[in-house]
Amino acid sequence: MNGSSVIVKVVSLAIILPALTFGLYIIAHGHLTPGGGFQGGAIIASALAIFLVAFAKQASKTLRKNLLSALECLALLGFIGLSFLGLGKSFFFNFLANSGLIFGQAVPFGPNPGFINTAGVIPLMNFFVGLEVSCALTIIVLTMLKAGGDKK
Amino acid sequence: MITILQQHSAALLVALPLLFAFLTPLTAKLNAKLSKLVIFIGLALITLTAAIVSFDVFSTGTKLYVMGAELPSVAKPASLTIPVRIIFEIDAFSAFMILIAALIAVVACVYSLRFIKESTSKYYSVFFLMLAGMFGLLSTGDLFNLFVFIEVLSLASAGLIAFRHNEVESVEAAYKYLIISSLASLMILFAIGILYGQYGLLNIAALAKALRFSFVDVVALALLVSALAMKAGSVPMHFWVPDAYSRAPAAITALLVVASQACLYALFRISFTLFGAFPLIQLIAWAIIILGLLSMFVGVTMALPQKDIKRLMAYHAISQTGYMLLGVGLGLLANNSAMAPFGLKAMEGGIFHIMNHAMYKSLLFLTAGAIIYATGKRNLDELSGLAKKMPFTTIFFIIGAAAIAGLPPTNGFASKLLIYESAYMFNPLFSIIAMIVSVLTLVSFVKVFCAAFLGPELKELADVKEVPKSMLLAMLLLAFFVLLFGLFPSFVVKTIVEPAANALLNQAAYIGAVL
Repeated sequence: MNGSSVIVKVVSLAIILPALTFGLYIIAHGHLTPGGGFQGGAIIASALAIFLVAFAKQASKTLRKNLLSALECLALLGFIGLSFLGLGKSFFFNFLANSGLIFGQAVPFGPNPGFINTAGVIPLMNFFVGLEVSCALTIIVLTMLKAGGDKK
Repeated sequence: MITILQQHSAALLVALPLLFAFLTPLTAKLNAKLSKLVIFIGLALITLTAAIVSFDVFSTGTKLYVMGAELPSVAKPASLTIPVRIIFEIDAFSAFMILIAALIAVVACVYSLRFIKESTSKYYSVFFLMLAGMFGLLSTGDLFNLFVFIEVLSLASAGLIAFRHNEVESVEAAYKYLIISSLASLMILFAIGILYGQYGLLNIAALAKALRFSFVDVVALALLVSALAMKAGSVPMHFWVPDAYSRAPAAITALLVVASQACLYALFRISFTLFGAFPLIQLIAWAIIILGLLSMFVGVTMALPQKDIKRLMAYHAISQTGYMLLGVGLGLLANNSAMAPFGLKAMEGGIFHIMNHAMYKSLLFLTAGAIIYATGKRNLDELSGLAKKMPFTTIFFIIGAAAIAGLPPTNGFASKLLIYESAYMFNPLFSIIAMIVSVLTLVSFVKVFCAAFLGPELKELADVKEVPKSMLLAMLLLAFFVLLFGLFPSFVVKTIVEPAANALLNQAAYIGAVL
């Protein structure tokens, strides 16, 4: 696999960065708008899939299965670790909400445009889920690429 | 440490398997020995938690745990009219099932030590995931949560069935299991959607109180019962069982038996607790009884001609599921009627049989796994004269076979006797069918015994040796419990089976604990 023609490469470069940004946006706004970790992670994974198809040579060096699966495990551990941290009160207790720390701003009453610095552990969990999903889906794409056979 | 374990044991029952499922592959990347240690610590902690939970429930009553709440033991703050968070509700029946799952998990893990040689970190990671699904399914008090855990359980099971993915049959079996599980899951999800759309509730206790039994509720009930019966491997929907059970690694087959029984638990929870006040519940009871009788008979008749040792045992697993369905179905039929005392006895028989079946069936599958491990063959025609080469496995096989056929002094005799006696009071035909099925089971296992263990020693099998000690230890543990429960059945029935049966019958207590 040597990657695709120049046209495909240029067009995919134009897509990949916006797609990655959009994925991050969906993850970061998971607690405010529809979407969240899984959906954003899937968008990031689709950007990575385009990268894999267009730049097969470079991608095989950067997107390694080992690295991705280690990241995936770390993300899952982060998720379950956050819920364990709530054990002072109960499992999954949102200990960061309204605490003033990261994502700890209290939500003012009434209609508002949406404050990203709220909701406590929920956005953090969204980030971990996003990382998990993007790594896992990329691993699936990598496996399927391999199963397709590199006969050349 | 111990106080945290005690206070949060209900949540940790699911959280710890998840944590170790994710920790195992990560540590395996760093160091193989470290990962073995992590697996061992994980299993020990999970077993300890399961023991604490069941001990608490049997000594102090139903245990509640509200995820993410200020006070995890208060189901519903006074400011709310309905419970909104995810609630784990563990009553005596759940605790009973949790005990079984924990015991089989330990045995399967010990057995796997030497049995599984390659990709151990993947194996144990999915193993823990399966435990998380199983414990979650057994302890949740939330209908949507039930669906989620059934999905976790099914996906992890499918992964483990396909563990030997270089064998075509394993992949085929896993694929079949995956398709059928997702069909069942979709039916369950659809039923939950019907209920949620009408009542806006997902908590089982709150929903049970609110149900008005409209036509669509009955549709939801039918969907739930048929989907869960399918997952439990009852007869008209049993075709995934022989493939999945016979192709999974033996230790996983033992866990799959418990996984099917966890789905059986969900079936009973739905029909007794969620729809307990349904005026036409007799219809559901009859459906369960007929499914039970069919499973018993069809399972055993299909087992008779089998040549593949694990496939034969898988058909017997279907047939034994029939006894549990019959026993508990009779309990549901007799609930609140003049026959209630007999119904209770039948239920005790059925529930006791769940535990006994988990033990002797796992034991039998482990002996079959040992035979395949030692000889590399699974066809009864190619096996002969193993009794001299594998004396311990032979003894364990005899104990397991006696238990499944219901011979004294094994635990299978105790629970089957309870079912025969009480089923006779409803209709003598029930007992007669149950006894005939037991005789046929005995016939089938005598055939296996003669074919595999007796007979002349074959030249191809000349260098067969007894299996490693850890595998023998796992089988010994199960054989010990099979005999122990067979010798002291009344003690076991009094301490854990009776509370479990009463908890299942007492719908008001389940609702009252939350609302």
